[in-house]
Amino acid sequence: MSSLSRDDVAKLAGLARIEMTEAELVELSSQFGMILDAVARVQEMDLSGVKATSHPQPLENIARPDVVQPSLSPEDALSGAPAQEESRFRVPQILGEAE
Amino acid sequence: MALPTYDEVVAKWDPVLGLEVHVELNTNSKMFCSCATEFGAAPNTQTCPVCLALPGALPVVNEKAIESTILIGLALNCKIAPYSRFARKNYFYPDMPKNFQISQYDEPICFDGYVDVEIETEEGPKQFRIEIERVHMEEDTGKSLHVGGATGRIHGADYSLLDYNRAGIPLVEIVTKIVPGTGKYAPEVAKAYVAELRDILRGLKVSDVKMEQGSLRCDANVSLKPIGSDVLGTRSETKNVNSLRSVERAIRGEMIRHAELLNDGKKVKQETRHFQEDTGLTRSGRSKEQAEDYRYFPDPDLVPVTPAAAWIEELRATLPERPSLRRKRLKEEWSVPDKEMAAMINADVLDIVEATVLLGADPTKARTWWLGEISRIANEKELPIAELSITPAHVAELVELVAKGELTDKLARQVVEGVVAGEGTPSEVVAKRGIKVVNDDGALMAAIEKVCAEQAETAEKVRGGHLPAAGALIGAVMKETKGQADAARVRELLLGHLGVN
Amino acid sequence: MINKTAAEMADSLAKGETSSVELTQAHLDRVAAVDGQVKAFLHVDSEGALAQAKEVDARRAKGEKLSPIAGIPLALKDVLAQKGVPTTAGSKILQGWLPPYDSTVVSKLKSAGVVIMGKTNMDEFAMGSSTENSGYGPTFNPWDLTRTPGGSSGGSAAAVASFESPLAIGSDTGGSIRQPAALTGIVGVRPTYGAVSRFGLIAYSSSLDQAGPFGRTVLDTALLHEVMAGHDPKDATSINAPVPAVVAAAKSGDVKGMKIGVIKQLQGEGYQKGVQTRFDESLQVLADLGAEIVEVDCPSFEYALAAYYLIAPSECSSNLARFDAMRYGLRTGDVDGASAEAVMSATRNAGFGREVKRRIILGTYALSSGYYDAYYGSAQKIRTLIIQDYAKAFAQAEVLVSPTAPTTAYKIGEKVDDPMAMYLGDVATIPVNLAGICGMSLPAGLADEDNLPVGFQIMAPAMQDQRLYQAGAALEAALLSKWGAPILTKAPELKGAK
Ligand SMILES: [Zn+2]
Repeated sequence: MSSLSRDDVAKLAGLARIEMTEAELVELSSQFGMILDAVARVQEMDLSGVKATSHPQPLENIARPDVVQPSLSPEDALSGAPAQEESRFRVPQILGEAE
Repeated sequence: MALPTYDEVVAKWDPVLGLEVHVELNTNSKMFCSCATEFGAAPNTQTCPVCLALPGALPVVNEKAIESTILIGLALNCKIAPYSRFARKNYFYPDMPKNFQISQYDEPICFDGYVDVEIETEEGPKQFRIEIERVHMEEDTGKSLHVGGATGRIHGADYSLLDYNRAGIPLVEIVTKIVPGTGKYAPEVAKAYVAELRDILRGLKVSDVKMEQGSLRCDANVSLKPIGSDVLGTRSETKNVNSLRSVERAIRGEMIRHAELLNDGKKVKQETRHFQEDTGLTRSGRSKEQAEDYRYFPDPDLVPVTPAAAWIEELRATLPERPSLRRKRLKEEWSVPDKEMAAMINADVLDIVEATVLLGADPTKARTWWLGEISRIANEKELPIAELSITPAHVAELVELVAKGELTDKLARQVVEGVVAGEGTPSEVVAKRGIKVVNDDGALMAAIEKVCAEQAETAEKVRGGHLPAAGALIGAVMKETKGQADAARVRELLLGHLGVN
Repeated sequence: MINKTAAEMADSLAKGETSSVELTQAHLDRVAAVDGQVKAFLHVDSEGALAQAKEVDARRAKGEKLSPIAGIPLALKDVLAQKGVPTTAGSKILQGWLPPYDSTVVSKLKSAGVVIMGKTNMDEFAMGSSTENSGYGPTFNPWDLTRTPGGSSGGSAAAVASFESPLAIGSDTGGSIRQPAALTGIVGVRPTYGAVSRFGLIAYSSSLDQAGPFGRTVLDTALLHEVMAGHDPKDATSINAPVPAVVAAAKSGDVKGMKIGVIKQLQGEGYQKGVQTRFDESLQVLADLGAEIVEVDCPSFEYALAAYYLIAPSECSSNLARFDAMRYGLRTGDVDGASAEAVMSATRNAGFGREVKRRIILGTYALSSGYYDAYYGSAQKIRTLIIQDYAKAFAQAEVLVSPTAPTTAYKIGEKVDDPMAMYLGDVATIPVNLAGICGMSLPAGLADEDNLPVGFQIMAPAMQDQRLYQAGAALEAALLSKWGAPILTKAPELKGAK
């Protein structure tokens, strides 16, 4: 049976930027064994030589011409902002460096 | 222990380089939406649901960006993938609205190319081949302004302000394979490579390639191994290297930093470092608790890119002459000495000189004007030469006026000054300022007689055969005629007047 | 007036027997009367709806040529962005967000003169099969208010089934249109992937999501299908081909000589008795109408559920990363000195519900390095096998059929603590999504044991959506004459109804 420890779940929650409570971490790790067993069934079939499908329609080369269309007004662009200043989105201090 | 000198470093260690260059394409619209890409627009005026990652918005690829990337790949001798896909690189960062970057992962559009660069060494010119691993498409991030704190930097800021105008601008990433065997020339080879890339991209007209505006950015990976060893050392990745000079400085600096650690028996940490323009040193980035796991997967909102072979060949046929070959050709056609050629490349005036020559100007004269007087004015004004209002057509006209004897070199400099000041074309400046060469021997003779009378002693010396003294007289005559006389003619008449030959 | 079909309402409007304003007001009155019990709507836009209705009436008065469903009210699943109207996707993390743009579907509705009455409840970000995962409380099944209407488009289905709206739009990622249609006794269609633009549809799983129509009859559903479908250059996965002639097919309704394939894997064990009975009976009806019934084998379907619960969570873990408290939506934990990273994590924890977090974590795991090939990679290969199974099956039959859901509507709260039991409800609908083809659910009658509606699923190849309507209309007509009245007339009266 598959399982994920509380710490595994905590690591995944960190990657997904979700600050879970201790109770949530424990609950999720207890549910994960069953869920992983169910989804691990994809490994039961012999899949050697089978191509992966990431997209249901066989479309290719869909592109748009390089033509500028009107953008949103800055008011509309910022309309949902939890905080703003000088036509910019105001966010709390950023700890990490950019990539 | 003291820092080792560069010579000590390269006596013991062999550097291995890896260079990642990001180029912003100069398309009209963004990579995945139709917002404009103009540099310096008011904040968040070039944003839409797609590049702000509003719920529900979807990306659609800019066809020009694909074309430009293929052109770059072809110019770098790459193979073009008959099938490539976009992938999502997942990580959270506030300047990246979707919290994933659309990029390419294991299926880049161009791969396996090379660029040859040449540098001057003590043993003469030497060529290095830089192999290209891949060229792929991705998108730029927004810009953050850090407010509060002491330095305006990210550390210690109270909060940040985000402008997403740059988010989604097409980026092309050009990644080299590891570059071994450059030895003590590593910093110069890297600089030459970035310069060559810049020239190639400029020739393709696919990017503004302005390092100072960030449209060409370089990340440099450096590691050291003991000379003769096959085992690669641990590398550091230096970001923020935003000028050609910085490429050289950053690599030299990292080589010295690595050598110091290794000499002391310490380990080099595999990490991202940030180049500081002011000190020329690199600073360690904030180390993450764990290595990022980007969870790449094919972007389900986009479909594969499968360029037709015929189209690729059509694009190949439009490739301009390779910059290094062009430089060789021009050097020969214009018979330019090595030093002068290097000066032109350094001053970035090759294009402008060629344009001037194509308008009929003598290559030497054209070069002299651009490299001399006009460069001087540009320096004085602290402007790039291309931003002065003087054009190749102006300079070609100027050269012609001098050749016809309508201007002296000295007068021509006044004309240049006028053109740069926006007074019009050279002919217009000549007319407006009333500049003309005094060719009337009578007027000149009157001036000569006057000067000789005023400076009788000097005139006597010249008459006695002491020719260097003539200079002072000629100068005085030129002054008398307000510089409009042809100095050669003045000398001729003066010496005749004083009976020497 | 509200008990008529959309086609009949359109007829009345065309003849001038009623106005769109009257029709809209009648439906708004019905919503006011019964939605306190059903809770189909998250937001009712009375003002906007009446203004739209007024405009359509004015255009009609001027003699303008209007779309066949101009002036008809519609309920919109809250997953589609509508400019200036609250759009939450059923999530607290988007509470109060007013989109500054219209989704393509909304633009098409507006230009067709369809009156958008409001936004309907749904499982948060369309993750769920019962509408119980909504951040704003569940929707109740008008057939039995202690039961779920299915999901994730439960609000839209319940609105149509309770006569609050003649038409509705849902979205279907693993069965989220067809399953609630089945559980509420109405018609729902998931069009071919790429047939309806996803631009402005808040993404759950990009390669599976597709918006589609609900109606009380096959023809009503077709009328809406034709208006909302079509190529969109703003969606790179949109198919550039004419919309299949679904309305014509719904009007012809003929299965004589049609080969209909019964999928061996999607019946029998695990299916409620009354569901299987109504399904078998419907097959007999089709055979009596002249269809040829064949059995087809789709062995890979056994793995469809597993593949789905890897692919959808993987894509959602990336799609939902944008909800980060920086540019829109909820922001919590922004206390003095808190970092952007801390605020993001706190907001995502507070704003997302349990099921959403569960799927994000599962998807993060399935995509993480070292596990990608075993999970996501294998799931994508299963997807290939499912497509191949369908291709073989469609070589033997023009349409394929199965029960839509293994059971009738279940009690609210019954499966909420057992995610696996909930997931199993999607077993018959998921293969359609994985293969990107189209499917319809239409009422097959009531299960004997609980008197609740049973859905009959029809599937057709990509861009052959008209086949759904052709077969569906034939079955519908035959069943109607058998029942003597539309199935919804057998639903109990809601309190407060006039
Ligand atoms: Zn944009």
